[in-house]
Amino acid sequence: MQDAASTIAIAGVENSSAHVWRERARLIGRNVFPFIVVGAIWEAIAWAGVFPERLFPRLEEVAWTFVELTLNGILPNHAAQTLLRLFSGFVVAGILGVGIGILMGRSRRAEDLLLPIVSIVAPIPGLAYAPLFLLWFGLGNVPAVMLVGVVACFPVIFNTWTGVKAVKEIWVRSAQSMGADDRRLFRHVILPGALPYILTGLRLGLAQAWRILVALEMLVGVNWGLGWLIFGARELLNTDAMLAGIAVIGIIGIVLEKLVFQKIENYTVVRWGMVTA
Amino acid sequence: MQEIEVTDVSLVYDTPAGQVHAVDHASFELKASEFLCLVGPSGCGKSTLLNILAGFLKPSGGEIKIGGKPVNGQGMDRGVVFQDFAQLFPWRTALGNVTFGLEMKGVPKEEREQIALEQLKLVKLEKFANAYPHHLSGGMQQRVAIARALAYNPSVLLMDEPFAALDALTRDDMQRLLAEVWRETRKTVIYVTHNVAEAVYLADRVVVMSPHPGRVKKEVVIDLPRPRDPLSVAFLEYQKQLLQELGEATAKPSARQ
Repeated sequence: MQDAASTIAIAGVENSSAHVWRERARLIGRNVFPFIVVGAIWEAIAWAGVFPERLFPRLEEVAWTFVELTLNGILPNHAAQTLLRLFSGFVVAGILGVGIGILMGRSRRAEDLLLPIVSIVAPIPGLAYAPLFLLWFGLGNVPAVMLVGVVACFPVIFNTWTGVKAVKEIWVRSAQSMGADDRRLFRHVILPGALPYILTGLRLGLAQAWRILVALEMLVGVNWGLGWLIFGARELLNTDAMLAGIAVIGIIGIVLEKLVFQKIENYTVVRWGMVTA
Repeated sequence: MQEIEVTDVSLVYDTPAGQVHAVDHASFELKASEFLCLVGPSGCGKSTLLNILAGFLKPSGGEIKIGGKPVNGQGMDRGVVFQDFAQLFPWRTALGNVTFGLEMKGVPKEEREQIALEQLKLVKLEKFANAYPHHLSGGMQQRVAIARALAYNPSVLLMDEPFAALDALTRDDMQRLLAEVWRETRKTVIYVTHNVAEAVYLADRVVVMSPHPGRVKKEVVIDLPRPRDPLSVAFLEYQKQLLQELGEATAKPSARQ
């Protein structure tokens, strides 16, 4: 949306770069303003002393801790650990989810067999069977990745399945009348036709993966990781470290959204007019 | 280009309300390079018949032969154009859509793009080769669909009311363009429509169908020189004759009741 708006501004007024800059500044301002407001409220509460200072640090203290923990490598290290688990789990979820979803969408028998199971398991919070995974697979990265993979694959399954079902019959007929066999029908029609849904599924899956992973890191099973950092900081009342950890989670989330998902969407389904930006 | 024989083709649906005879013992023939229009009120089975010809539906009885060979399922000897603009693949450019059939045939990239560009030129869209379908108007999308159906060089073109969803002015242009394309490519065409003027403008011969059950009611040869003048007396006479046939076809079931 914002990109489109600034592009139009550029195209519309080619000669006045001042206008372009004003437009950009306005956009940035619009995005930054809410944070300034929330930040100001936070500061006000911190200064007023509603909570003890240890429990409700001022923003500059959080920022300072953030910089310190970043420079001494603690935050990057935890973040790297968490990201590694997140991506491994997400890859598992993506492969499982897209695979099962397509199978269910394409085969009546697979749908009859899998849909009841998927429907019952999907609404159960992933954390509920975390202890079971820990008992089965022990502590460490492997059970964490597996749990993230299993929990996050459900939204991917549902959306992929819906997407495959939503592929227009007329595309299939057109392709078949032009000599597409099953394999090429799948690659050239079903997959791109279902892509808007698959991308939505992956996005929801990633959000799910974040939630379960951070909770899992707090619970047990792993040392290192942002969840562990946040939970561990509780013992020494290091609320500033907690907030720094939360900030990192937020930053990673927005980076993935803006630099990965939105880019992929703009390059595919938005460019094809299958989804409006 | 090849001739088509439709012999005694029937299609019966089982519905909760009993059997429906969508197509009932339909028979007609086309000479090679002939342009035939199937005309009839809704429910007369003309689209069903076209879907059988395309191989999307299996007839419950009868036989269709193209160039002497019996039809069994879909085949690249036929190109299909539907009414729905959405038939184009939105993830492919106009050129990408037109190359699809050639790609399936295994034609090398450079060659198929060259052929596709020629087809787009035929429908006057070469300037839009790299546009995605959602940037094209309805009429342009239908032209791409025609180019796409022609690109892999089928001998038969099957068209299911391709211009029905267009505005009247665009439709006139498209009919003129299609007549030109047909003159140049000499495909055997079966064209389904409920628009009588369109049928008289395009067809060598018109097959009128009647509903419940879907039957061939009458064949009318349109013996007019091309390009045709829709305002000439002879043209209007044909139109009148077909409308009369259609009127009888539509009135029949209610007269029975």
